[in-house]
Amino acid sequence: MTDKKTTMVAALAQTLDWALDTDPDVFLMGEDIIDPTGGAFGITKGLSTKYGRERVRETPISEQAIIGAGIGSAMLGGKPICEIMIADFYAVCLDQVANHAAKLRYMSGGRTTVPLVIRGMLSGGLNFAAQHSQSVEAWMIHTPGLKVAMPATPADAAGILRTAIEDPDPVVIFEPVGLYGASGPAPAGEHRVPLGKASVAREGADVTVITYGGQVPNALAAAEQVAGEDISVEVVDLRWLTPWDEQTVLESVRKTTRAVVAHQAVKRAGFGAEIASVLQEKLWGTLRAPVLRVAGANTPVPFATELEQTHFPGPDAIAAAVRQTVKT
Amino acid sequence: MSDNQTRRGIYERMYRILTVDTTMRGLMMKGTISIIYYSPRGQEAIPSAVSAALTQGDYITTTYRGLHDTLAKGAPVREVIAEIIGRSGGTCKGKGGIMHLSDPRCGVMATSGIVGGSVPIANGLALRAQMTGSDAVTVAYFGDGATNIGAFHESLNMAAVWRLPVVFVCQNNEYGEFTPRMESMTVKRIAVRADAYAIPGVTVDGNDPDAVYEAASAAVARARAGEGPTLIEANTYRFMGHIFGVDQMEYMPKEEMQAALANDPVPAYRARLVAEGIATEDELAALEAEVKAEVTDAVEFALASPPPDPAETYTDVYAEAVPA
Repeated sequence: MTDKKTTMVAALAQTLDWALDTDPDVFLMGEDIIDPTGGAFGITKGLSTKYGRERVRETPISEQAIIGAGIGSAMLGGKPICEIMIADFYAVCLDQVANHAAKLRYMSGGRTTVPLVIRGMLSGGLNFAAQHSQSVEAWMIHTPGLKVAMPATPADAAGILRTAIEDPDPVVIFEPVGLYGASGPAPAGEHRVPLGKASVAREGADVTVITYGGQVPNALAAAEQVAGEDISVEVVDLRWLTPWDEQTVLESVRKTTRAVVAHQAVKRAGFGAEIASVLQEKLWGTLRAPVLRVAGANTPVPFATELEQTHFPGPDAIAAAVRQTVKT
Repeated sequence: MSDNQTRRGIYERMYRILTVDTTMRGLMMKGTISIIYYSPRGQEAIPSAVSAALTQGDYITTTYRGLHDTLAKGAPVREVIAEIIGRSGGTCKGKGGIMHLSDPRCGVMATSGIVGGSVPIANGLALRAQMTGSDAVTVAYFGDGATNIGAFHESLNMAAVWRLPVVFVCQNNEYGEFTPRMESMTVKRIAVRADAYAIPGVTVDGNDPDAVYEAASAAVARARAGEGPTLIEANTYRFMGHIFGVDQMEYMPKEEMQAALANDPVPAYRARLVAEGIATEDELAALEAEVKAEVTDAVEFALASPPPDPAETYTDVYAEAVPA
């Protein structure tokens, strides 16, 4: 980290620029990613002008074809970075992602590999309604063969992307749209977030909040809220969801003896259930309260602001869960 | 017209496919092996002729009924048979089976069990060749049913827009699983679907290896020259239904099957080669004896190959090991 501030959009743009500049096998594919638009959020602005439309490749709106083209290129030594504009659109290319990219190494007994990066926006909180706001990370986490990450800071967005580009397996990166413009310390040099390594975003003693992506700032705000009530909260930002940093989480909860898992995705069969289950399996007897989950409502994401705010958890819901674990 | 050596090579591939298929079905009937098996019987001519138009450095992708495509591209018979019976000596260490045969050493890059699923990947292989300046061509094999799925249409469109060096080969065997083709589409000729993407669409008799070779050579040359993709519709028939032993084929009219069996491409091509003086009876008999010996040896190898170590369950998920 440095004293310099940046945004996630700028950090991602710089990392893509670095990748195109340093590795001739790297190329980008996606909808509307070329200039003058440079992507729906301007993340790839300037890159097609700088590196040419061969390597910064505009595609038809054909997500299956985009991912398939990425898979085939990656199998022959290319390093494609495919953009899926919004996470909801994984629904139209899940066959390529889950049945092919994820499984080719396994099905071939290791003879073929797919070093593919798929990145894009994970929406929510922008009144984009039910088909442009979903948190679909559980689909990917549930699929062996994929590596999955969700950054919460500009530096981690850069560091995860850099690690993903250099990784020999398919990596899916979800970028929380609400954090695209948020300011944070710029990454220092060629910062990498090691595969499967979480970060402790705030140290504390009484309760661990395990979270990732858009809920990280909410968890930090909740920790601030309850600090005045003499409750000390530790916030673990997972960053990588597959593989996830069980060791850091267990160490933290061993210390605090209480845990809350928070994510934006719907609660039912969400990733929080997996974490809660592992905590029970491994820390039964240490836990002083049931592991609580704070998550999206088990409904589609609604349009109207009042409804959307009800659907998604915020700092208050996390703070309430923290208080409940301490009362137990 | 192809030269004599090419035509003998096509026949050799066809006979190898026929022999492997007959042997596998025999082993299943005897109870020596119990596997899921998609017989390519009846479709031997297509990949045998297409492969003759390809080089070792070209790529293919195919589908669950792709044993013939894999063998025709030159995958070692020993390892292919070991794979489809789930042995450690298989091309994929017994982790793929017949639905996921691959052997990148000879360009067999992916076999998908999902109808149409490997077609977008063929584009990617072709894109890599295009971007690196290699002259490699990719052939995407699929069936008639796959031309009704979105992935096929997305792939043809993208390949057309990017002028990718890919040849889409539809092995039209008139059935998508248990449903006759014309109950699933309204176009009599699948090749007309190419018109929607402004690429050449060619229909050939898929049981005529010389016709398939001619169409494939033109499409491969076009792709190699950077002129973009072609859709070839090769009309054929499945003699053994969808899944061998499971499919009772009640839905396939008897007269239709009889007509197809009378049009068996393997003996027909043999007779043509002899009649046209391309090979003598004795030469073909010697070639067939060699292929039979090769397949017998391959079966012995496969049956002697040990099953995979249970620890293999946890390898090849990622580059890193997965905890058991």
